[in-house]
Amino acid sequence: MSLNFFMQNLINALQWGSFYALIALGYSMVYSILMLFNFAHGDIFMVGAYIGLGVALLLLKIVGTGTAALVPGWLVLVATILISMFLTAFVGIIVERVAYRPLRDAPRASAAITGLMVGIILETSNILFLGGQRLAFPQLIQSQTYNIGGIFITNKKIMIVIVSIALMTALHQFVTRTRWGMAMRAMAYDFVVVPLVGVPLNTIAVMTFAIGSALAAAAGILFGLAYPVLDPYMGVSFGWKAFVAAILGGRGSIMGACIAGFMLGFIEIMTVPGIQILNRLFSLNIGSNLRDLIAYSIVLVILVFRPHGLFGEPYSAKLRL
Amino acid sequence: MRKGRLLIAVLLCAGLVISPSVWAASDTINIGFPIPLTGDNPDLGASSKNAAEMYLKKFPTVEVGAKTYKLNFIYEDNEFKAESAVKAVTKLITEEEVLAIVGPQASAQAVPAGEVANNYATPMISPWSTNPNATLNRPYVFRGCFLDPFQGPVAANFVTDELGAKKAAVLYDIASDYPKGLAEFFKQAFEKIHGPGSVVAFESFTTGDKDFSAQMANIVASGADVLFTPQYYSEVPLIVRAAQENGFTKPIMGSDSWGSGDLMGLCGDDCKGFYFSTHYAAAGAQGATKEFIDEYNAAYGKTPDDVAALTWDSLGIMIQAIRNTGGLSGDIKADRTKVKDALGAIKDYPGITGKMTFTPEGDPIKCAVVVKINEEGQFAFHKSVCP
Repeated sequence: MSLNFFMQNLINALQWGSFYALIALGYSMVYSILMLFNFAHGDIFMVGAYIGLGVALLLLKIVGTGTAALVPGWLVLVATILISMFLTAFVGIIVERVAYRPLRDAPRASAAITGLMVGIILETSNILFLGGQRLAFPQLIQSQTYNIGGIFITNKKIMIVIVSIALMTALHQFVTRTRWGMAMRAMAYDFVVVPLVGVPLNTIAVMTFAIGSALAAAAGILFGLAYPVLDPYMGVSFGWKAFVAAILGGRGSIMGACIAGFMLGFIEIMTVPGIQILNRLFSLNIGSNLRDLIAYSIVLVILVFRPHGLFGEPYSAKLRL
Repeated sequence: MRKGRLLIAVLLCAGLVISPSVWAASDTINIGFPIPLTGDNPDLGASSKNAAEMYLKKFPTVEVGAKTYKLNFIYEDNEFKAESAVKAVTKLITEEEVLAIVGPQASAQAVPAGEVANNYATPMISPWSTNPNATLNRPYVFRGCFLDPFQGPVAANFVTDELGAKKAAVLYDIASDYPKGLAEFFKQAFEKIHGPGSVVAFESFTTGDKDFSAQMANIVASGADVLFTPQYYSEVPLIVRAAQENGFTKPIMGSDSWGSGDLMGLCGDDCKGFYFSTHYAAAGAQGATKEFIDEYNAAYGKTPDDVAALTWDSLGIMIQAIRNTGGLSGDIKADRTKVKDALGAIKDYPGITGKMTFTPEGDPIKCAVVVKINEEGQFAFHKSVCP
């Protein structure tokens, strides 16, 4: 494997990992703070992408497209991301209020299947309202491909990685530097006692869902830019994999979820050239479709050796599951 | 009262005996069309009927041997249902005494209807059915379109001759029958031309995958001259995008699955300049095909779809077979078998969708059309490619 080839895959893996990391954050926060598997999160990512599509089309209608546009495309993109994050946060809040809060004292399994059901409801409502056909995401910024010494990189890839890292850093700052962040960390530390000292559980829960959903919306729009075909089931398998990243990162660790997300992207992408090398060395005939099988076997092995995730602390007394 | 009934019954029986269809049988050839005039897909029936009516207007008679026969087309509604198709075909064969059948169009009706036609030893040609079972082990059943796997060799020949490819890459969904079959047939055909190992990258993914960057990096590194990807319209935009972003600047070739659905709405400018193989292309057609399109357009005010074009050709080849029998005996059963034998023996019938010759299974060896997605985003006729 030449260096160029490796770098090309590395860049692809960075972009792919960005999506996992952004979505994994939402899972990780809810899981850390409320000890809840929010299985609807993958579908909130899908809803975020569709809201982004609607907002982008509306903005493009207002400001015009092409040479007649009043503002450049990147400004529309920034506005789209911000407005969609705001709107999708409310979707998260509604999901929390309608589906999770009434079940807070129910058995954990009930809350987990609630997530699955909310996910199915979101998917099928999408089909109900939009008809289920694939939709094209508008390309708000012109795609440019740069050739740097045989490595191909696009302006969108650079932007996606930078925006993702910026959002993750912002969240990290929020959690470590603000009082609300401190409350969230405290809640993650002890779910039972912390509300007793006056930290409002419901407010923290709402905030957690809102932030997670907003990040998922950002991921959805960036996803739409990179993979411009949206379908109602786009969040399902993607959500599962991001969930793997969240658990792999370790409970209560924002950076853990981010790093695990990037790692997952890296393992998935690198498995394909890995298969090719294996094929060549041992003259085998393995198809690149075995990517996920191999990639997730590797993840399983990692988890066997680090059952609490990469950065998770062992916990026992407060285990509620 | 009883006498009255008896009289009516006698008259009806007499009517049967001297009914015009029997009378006219000596100088009329009946051809049956079991097509969906109502039901879930009436457009299919409308296109078929339009093409048939146009044919009848243009060629109202046919000369068989030394005798001129009048053509008579009978349209029977199959309601786009399997059981109605069986009923329609049975009626056409036993009551209307048709010499041959053109239709049904969709495989769901053509497969059961073919069983009936074969049992009654009546030649039938389905213009549009791509399911192998429609003609399998049925000597009396033929089809007017090529089967899916056939596009593999077509694409291999096209990229070799037209694009000068010596090394090819393939990217396909291994979990879906159509792309998987086609990818393997392409590989076989390409390696037959260029030798083993000339397919330098044979990359796969599974249904639902969105990211093809890793596979594309492999393809770029393999140094392939062309990429063949027999995927559906919803995946093509993502594959084309991945190709661009990973520096794959060579041509991309697809199959008729590209043409289904709203490819250009999803893909936009990214897909322009690429090729795919299909049955028939209206834009940029030439010669007899253009003539057909213009006539159809003048008669019905719209561009004929592939169903209309394939019906036209299937009907044409059936009439040619009747002509080739060299004379009909008047015994409908013997004549049907004669027509079947003549149909199987036709060589290089010049259809508007390509030259047709039948294999012993009744599937045509015919040329496919390769279309290029032009700058206006239309699927324009580029070349006719034969296997």
